[in-house]
Amino acid sequence: MFKHFHPAYIFLLFTIFLSCNKKNGNDESAGKPAGLKAGLVFDIGGRGDKSFNDAAYKGLEKAKQELGIDFEVIDPGDGSDRESALRKLASKKEIGIVFGVGFIFTDDINNIAKEFPDKKFACIDYSVNPAKQIPSNISAIEFKEEEGSFLVGALAALITKTNSVGFIGGMESSLIRKFESGYIQGVKYINPDCKVLSGYVSVTPDGFKNPGKAKEIALSQYSNGADIIYHASGLSGLGLFEAARESNKLSIGVDMDQFKEAPGFVLTSMVKVVDEAVFQTIKEFKENKFTGGIKTFGLKDKGVDFVYDSNNMKLIPADVKSKLDEIRNKIISGAITIKTE
Amino acid sequence: MDLISSILSITFLTQVFRMMTPYYFGANGANFSERGGVINISIEGFMNLSAFSFAMFGIISGNIFFSLLIAITINLIFSILFSWFTVKLKINQIIAGVGFNLFIAGLTKFLLMLIFGSSSNTHRFEGISDIDIFKKIPIIGGIVSDPLTLFCILLVFVSNFILYKTRFGLRLRSAGENPEAADTLGVRVRQYKFYGIMLSGILSALGGIWLASNQNSYSEGMIAGRGYIALAAMIIGKWKPVNIFFACLMFSAFEALEITLQISGTNIPTQLIQMLPYLITILVLIGFIGKTRPPAADGEAY
Repeated sequence: MFKHFHPAYIFLLFTIFLSCNKKNGNDESAGKPAGLKAGLVFDIGGRGDKSFNDAAYKGLEKAKQELGIDFEVIDPGDGSDRESALRKLASKKEIGIVFGVGFIFTDDINNIAKEFPDKKFACIDYSVNPAKQIPSNISAIEFKEEEGSFLVGALAALITKTNSVGFIGGMESSLIRKFESGYIQGVKYINPDCKVLSGYVSVTPDGFKNPGKAKEIALSQYSNGADIIYHASGLSGLGLFEAARESNKLSIGVDMDQFKEAPGFVLTSMVKVVDEAVFQTIKEFKENKFTGGIKTFGLKDKGVDFVYDSNNMKLIPADVKSKLDEIRNKIISGAITIKTE
Repeated sequence: MDLISSILSITFLTQVFRMMTPYYFGANGANFSERGGVINISIEGFMNLSAFSFAMFGIISGNIFFSLLIAITINLIFSILFSWFTVKLKINQIIAGVGFNLFIAGLTKFLLMLIFGSSSNTHRFEGISDIDIFKKIPIIGGIVSDPLTLFCILLVFVSNFILYKTRFGLRLRSAGENPEAADTLGVRVRQYKFYGIMLSGILSALGGIWLASNQNSYSEGMIAGRGYIALAAMIIGKWKPVNIFFACLMFSAFEALEITLQISGTNIPTQLIQMLPYLITILVLIGFIGKTRPPAADGEAY
């Protein structure tokens, strides 16, 4: 076989090696009691997306600092190796709880949870299927994105000068539709005549990492009259912030406070406290209080909210803020009901 | 009415040309390689690599011109490597192409983590700035003020001239059509294949650079299949620089149309519009729309 050896084979082997690159976070498990480590698998976009995944990572870091729980993460990147990443973490003796970040994990985590009944699992943005029983060792964490989106929609409608606002979604899916629908209802609640221009980047998960296309959508919406655009598109949202800078218009971030991406051009961000959810779940796990089933975080328990701090205070007048607080109370008390579709 | 007026607007036209730019750089690059008889499906990877190196050196050095040169040079090195594998060592061109795509995807992600501590994106940097004087030109001002888009349009004529009016073009084409005959006439076939691949490396580099510059950062997977769309455009354009240009315009026009349709809130499903260019690609390949003939010795090692 060595007769046919080409240097290129080494290159190809190296290729395979590199394309499987996985990043393990903290691998200092030695000396720690077995079964008390947390594992986490990232969503598309991965670590450093300045949004969803980073929020989850923040939760892990907090757990490490305050609870002394070590963690290990896998960044699977593209493709369908999510299930094997989950299995890899679940099969390690020292890991007691495994997180899947993102609705894409729903089916995979169901399978793995059945395979490892003595381990605990948690899935952020779990998409609940009423027809299916959730295994008792899964904590299915849901956020009421529609409530937070309703609030930023109302805010956009109060601030807009052109009477037209925009929305950019990543992948066309029921989860992102929840954002869009809540946002539109919020806009219409303030001003039924206000136009909402909507656009989706793609019908595949690639829609969450195509900032070039998102920028084009944003530029189109801005030039068609929208002056504030809200996005729920993960990494693609960076394209929106570029467009906002270029067009000198406003944008609304998602998942985490995205003010830093385009200071002065980010009106606010609809935040989901993914970090807190991760932290709380680990805490419950550590104190042996872990329970399976659906856990919903909404406005009431500060699971979703919009950012209002010293950075964006000058963009949001005080009367607008008080109006929003009033709406928030109405949502919590049930005076305003928001449809999810 | 609202929809028609927004499609006929200058903004729409500018957007079409803007989105065409990376496609044409990729497609035209791939064409030079295929004209020399080497199928180069690693355009996607080449664009990815140059986008990354442009952003990385742009951030580190702060000098756009320098990072532009470095990004092109790095791509040149990779394309020489690619030609060494495919022309000299005669490795299957498709497999080598896939290998390069995977290798570069892994390499960029690995370096991202290493240098920027993020598996998804770099910091922000200032990309190539527009030429302000050109902005005042009516109608096409928004198009030609982007230096790379302007270069892209000029490239249509330049590549057409190179392929059909120069000795280099004739020899390159002969290497892709009938290498044996060319060889007997004294053309250094392998050398010309090398040149073709190197040109594809340089041109696809510009495509990646445009994307990173337009985004003012690099993010993992930002090429998002544009390299493959470029290959489809090359096929629709029947391996002719001018036709390829119009094929790229068609792809970007459909994409812009999809965006505009979504905004206008019509009931036409956007997925249908998204699908159309690919349908046309298949129809072209089957032979419904004119005769398609790739270079005769395309994909064969010599």
